[in-house]
Amino acid sequence: MMVLGPIGFTAPWLLTGLIALPVLWFLLRVVPPAPIRRRFPGVALLLGLADEDHESDRTPWWLLLLRMLAVAALILGFAGPVLHPEVREPGSGPILIVADGGWADARDWPRRKDRIAAALEEAGRSGRAAALVAVTGDAPEVVFRSAGVVAAGLPGFAPAPYEPDAAAYAALAAALPSGGFDSFWLSDGLARDGRQVLLEALEARGRVTVFESPREVFALRPAVYGDGQVTLGVLRAHPAGEVAVDVVGLGLDPAGVERELARQVVTFGAGTGEAEAAFDLPAELRNRIARLEIAGQRTAGAVALTDDAIRRREVALVEGGIGREGLELLAPGHYLRQALAPTADVIEGTVEDMILADPDVIILADVARVAAAEPLAEWVEKGGLLVRFAGPHMAAADWDNAADPLLPVRLRSGGRSVGGALSWGEPKTLAPFLEGSPFAGLPVPDEVRVTSQVMAEPGPDLAAHTIAALADGTPLVTRKALGQGSVVLFHVTANAEWSGLPLSGLFVQMLERLAVSTRQAALGAEEMKGTVWSVERVLDAFGALDDAGDRPGIPGEDLAGARPSARILPGLYASGDRTVALNAIGAERVLTPAVWPEGVTVEGLVPARERPLSGYLLTFGLGLLLADALAALALSGRLAGWRAGRGAALALTAALLLPAPQARAEMSEERLIDAAGNVVLAYVRTGDAEVDRVSEAGLRGLSDVLFYRTAIEPDAPMGVDLEGDELSVFTLLYWPVTADAPTPSPTAYLRLNRYLRSGGMILFDTRDADVAGFGTATPEGRRLQALAAPLEIPPLEPVPQDHVLTRAFYLLQDFPGRYAGPPVWVEAAPPDAELAEGMPFRNLNDGVTPVIIGGNDWAAAWAVDDGGWPMFPVGRGLSGERQREIAYRFGVNVVMHVLTGNYKSDQVHVPALLERLGQ
Amino acid sequence: MTQPAPARPAGLRRKAEALASALPPLLADARHLAMTVQMGEHGRRRAGLGDEFWQFRPAHPGDEARAIDWRRSARADQHFVREKEWHAAQSVHLWVDDARSMEFSGDGRRTTKADRARLLALAISVLLIRSGERVGLADPVAPPRSGELQLVRLAQTFTAPAGDADYGAPEARAMLHGSRAVFISDFLGDPSGVERALTLAADRGVRGAILQILDPVEEAFPFDGRTIFESMTGAIRHETRRAGDLRDRYCARLAERKDRLATFARRVDWQFSTHHTDQPAQVPLLWLYHALERVRR
Repeated sequence: MMVLGPIGFTAPWLLTGLIALPVLWFLLRVVPPAPIRRRFPGVALLLGLADEDHESDRTPWWLLLLRMLAVAALILGFAGPVLHPEVREPGSGPILIVADGGWADARDWPRRKDRIAAALEEAGRSGRAAALVAVTGDAPEVVFRSAGVVAAGLPGFAPAPYEPDAAAYAALAAALPSGGFDSFWLSDGLARDGRQVLLEALEARGRVTVFESPREVFALRPAVYGDGQVTLGVLRAHPAGEVAVDVVGLGLDPAGVERELARQVVTFGAGTGEAEAAFDLPAELRNRIARLEIAGQRTAGAVALTDDAIRRREVALVEGGIGREGLELLAPGHYLRQALAPTADVIEGTVEDMILADPDVIILADVARVAAAEPLAEWVEKGGLLVRFAGPHMAAADWDNAADPLLPVRLRSGGRSVGGALSWGEPKTLAPFLEGSPFAGLPVPDEVRVTSQVMAEPGPDLAAHTIAALADGTPLVTRKALGQGSVVLFHVTANAEWSGLPLSGLFVQMLERLAVSTRQAALGAEEMKGTVWSVERVLDAFGALDDAGDRPGIPGEDLAGARPSARILPGLYASGDRTVALNAIGAERVLTPAVWPEGVTVEGLVPARERPLSGYLLTFGLGLLLADALAALALSGRLAGWRAGRGAALALTAALLLPAPQARAEMSEERLIDAAGNVVLAYVRTGDAEVDRVSEAGLRGLSDVLFYRTAIEPDAPMGVDLEGDELSVFTLLYWPVTADAPTPSPTAYLRLNRYLRSGGMILFDTRDADVAGFGTATPEGRRLQALAAPLEIPPLEPVPQDHVLTRAFYLLQDFPGRYAGPPVWVEAAPPDAELAEGMPFRNLNDGVTPVIIGGNDWAAAWAVDDGGWPMFPVGRGLSGERQREIAYRFGVNVVMHVLTGNYKSDQVHVPALLERLGQ
Repeated sequence: MTQPAPARPAGLRRKAEALASALPPLLADARHLAMTVQMGEHGRRRAGLGDEFWQFRPAHPGDEARAIDWRRSARADQHFVREKEWHAAQSVHLWVDDARSMEFSGDGRRTTKADRARLLALAISVLLIRSGERVGLADPVAPPRSGELQLVRLAQTFTAPAGDADYGAPEARAMLHGSRAVFISDFLGDPSGVERALTLAADRGVRGAILQILDPVEEAFPFDGRTIFESMTGAIRHETRRAGDLRDRYCARLAERKDRLATFARRVDWQFSTHHTDQPAQVPLLWLYHALERVRR
């Protein structure tokens, strides 16, 4: 191979042909194009006419150049030019391909796979055994097999949504087989502990080549809520120049469609690897954000799932005891407000107003009888959480009657006091929370004492409803499910009168566990102790949320502060009403680029590819020769007919080259005005040119007949494109159904339905003589069923004898087209239609049937050619002409029916009216 | 009738069949074409010898007494003479160029000039014979006669093979004094022959019409590139390197030729028109009919 700069030639000796080019020039120059002989009587007039110049007896210079270029291109093409010729030195022995396999690989995974495939292919070519291993894979095992076998498993090779840790690197290093082999490490470019261990182990076995993608790694830290803002850190691995990325917040809109709710441009300063995105959003919007991601980055690291941490609940607070004005520090609401204000949005008002506001939680503090019990119960059943606190009013109320559905347990009237001046016993402490209680795992502070409480009626289900109890076993907090929601009752007041609970930190924790309030910071192991979290959605390496399937639950203490691993995948975890997001990137993660020691070859992901150029050159040369042939023909005048056919040829070429014109374009204004300006019969374009032609001719024939015989003077019929045209301007749509008719788009169906509702009419014609009764056997019939299914078509019946269609203009008994006989279907008469004077009277949809369905091929019967003569024979002889006439009359009746509605139906009353007039 | 004596009966049969095969279509086409010119123009529209009643006119001195229509005269104080429509037969000479140049057609789908010329000639013959004129050729081969048989004779003459010359010149020797004539040719050859014939005809008081039949190609000259143009026999040739450059000059010469013919025709009181073979034959037929009508009066 001869290499000249970036181009090599596989057959360089062919280039000597270029020397012949000047000879060719000389030869071509002296040989003029051959003359053409023509017989021409007018030659007598030509005699004596001399040519004006003699230039053209030599080949024109541009034609020469064209030919020279063509020949040169062919010579070069056959010489086998190759761009970036690769001259490789093959290795030997087995080759190990190592991929980090973490989320950072996902950013250019297809290219990595291609690279692996290329490496495997190369190994296969040179007969080397190969192994492919991902560091993130569990139980690493390195077995060398033939490259083809390894390549067969490549499609299933996918990155994991977490990163390998030092242990994983060490495990792989330990699993490496002894014996020499070369290694091929597809690094994700991030520095990690343990990389060095593996590198050393690999270098001990043989040559190590590292491939790294130049593509930048971006990542998002978990979102944090603070000071009314959602903030999150944005990371990059290579702090080089200034780079701006878009961080977008995605979530469901009120219609349940995921869309972009917030977007912010974050700019990394030159040389910094960290930036911060701060979203200042209204609570409504903020609560909707389900995930934040870096636009255009499809990795798990560039996604920050949100959980309760940035969601703030709306809590409605309704207080009883309005009379105690002034004692604000003693009011029950005060403690609740203090507990909730940092983490929830508190609204206050009457119960009715609060239900309208539809908060997450409604808290009733010492309200014995709820004014709007019914709507409140409904609200709870729809998933609301109602939290009630006891108090003097509740204790004083009379609970002897039936159970209040808005209380979890039946209460005794009166309540009890312990440890007071007039009572025996000490104030009670809290019993430890039982397993299964939402408060399980919370520490019970000693200083909380309960002096008064309302008492529950003992019952078989009391224990089941109790989620917190005093040391003596009496319930402190009870809960009951009601519909999809639940009702929780604290048997003590929300202020410090009855107990010290509201003064303790436990109160806030309990509210948080009940999902009344939301936490501010990440849950610690302590707070999550005793809970089991089930994973609801898992994040894959590409940042997409998948269903978790049936993965086992994770204990809270494991989940708290967990680093994502094969056991605990990043995703959304839920326990009760609370959700926790585990992101691929921890809150303290910093991205640093991997540093490789000297001596390790680091290559980019895409090697310079060899590119054979001969195909291009040969194509170019052939194209030039083609152009030369055309030019030579044109010069010698042999392109006869070219002049005449030029327009057509150009149009054809353009039609072939250009993409299909925008057939779906909106209806032009002129067409709209034409259609709206007068009555226009329209047909649906089926895409079958012949059918469309017949439809057009048929409607033209019908229009002519209408023009001659009736007061309707329609304009020329129009073809309607269901996708783009405005239908409301058309009176009648004739829709010939072909067996392969394309289905209109949903928007087209929307328009069709609107058209039908607003009084339009569609005349369906299966044109198959409806041999089997409509829609049962013929392909057109089945197609009609499929086409008409999304249309709002009322119940149908064969045209009854007294239908207005039979007398809208002509008196008709049957409705033949080119075929006669099969019944024609129209909207059924209303079931309550009475036989008033011998016919059902309808006033539905102005009495106009929205569809007429038949298979008589009316258009063919109506069709006339440009001269006004029928295009198709109908029947035989005079009876056939009679049938055509009846077909025309049917058409006239249909158009009359559309235009005049039930007018003719009313005509039946004329005798009665005349009689009443005393005639 | 101009056939050479056949050497063998089979040859005679074959030639006769070949001849007969062309004859009926040509005659039928001509009749068909003539059908389109049923103008209702019968008679000469002037008084003369004939069978049809033309008009009553007051008797002048000198009218024979037997010419007076007594029945008409009895209804008035005057004497009336009954006049008949003039039904004199006119002789019309046809000359259809049978030179090789007429065999040209610029497009395989178009009829040749010769075919069109024959069709027109025969069609006008049909019309003329139907209205009682005598029609014949300009040369002595077929002198003007009337009657359907003359049509067959003419048709036979027209289907005879073409001559050998590149361009033809009209024959005026056999024309009767005061008759009418129709010359149909492309007139691309030497115009002096035409002028000579016209002069001779004018001397004999013959008037008529000249119809130039051209192929559209001859009118438009849509050629380009290096070309050798040959006449139909190949005797005349002209080579050019850029045919496109000649177009304007060719068209100018053609226009000049037409103008020369038209001027000369006007001078001897003939009619001149040009017909292209891509246009329907009715138009020139109508023109011919009217042209003859005009000169017949």
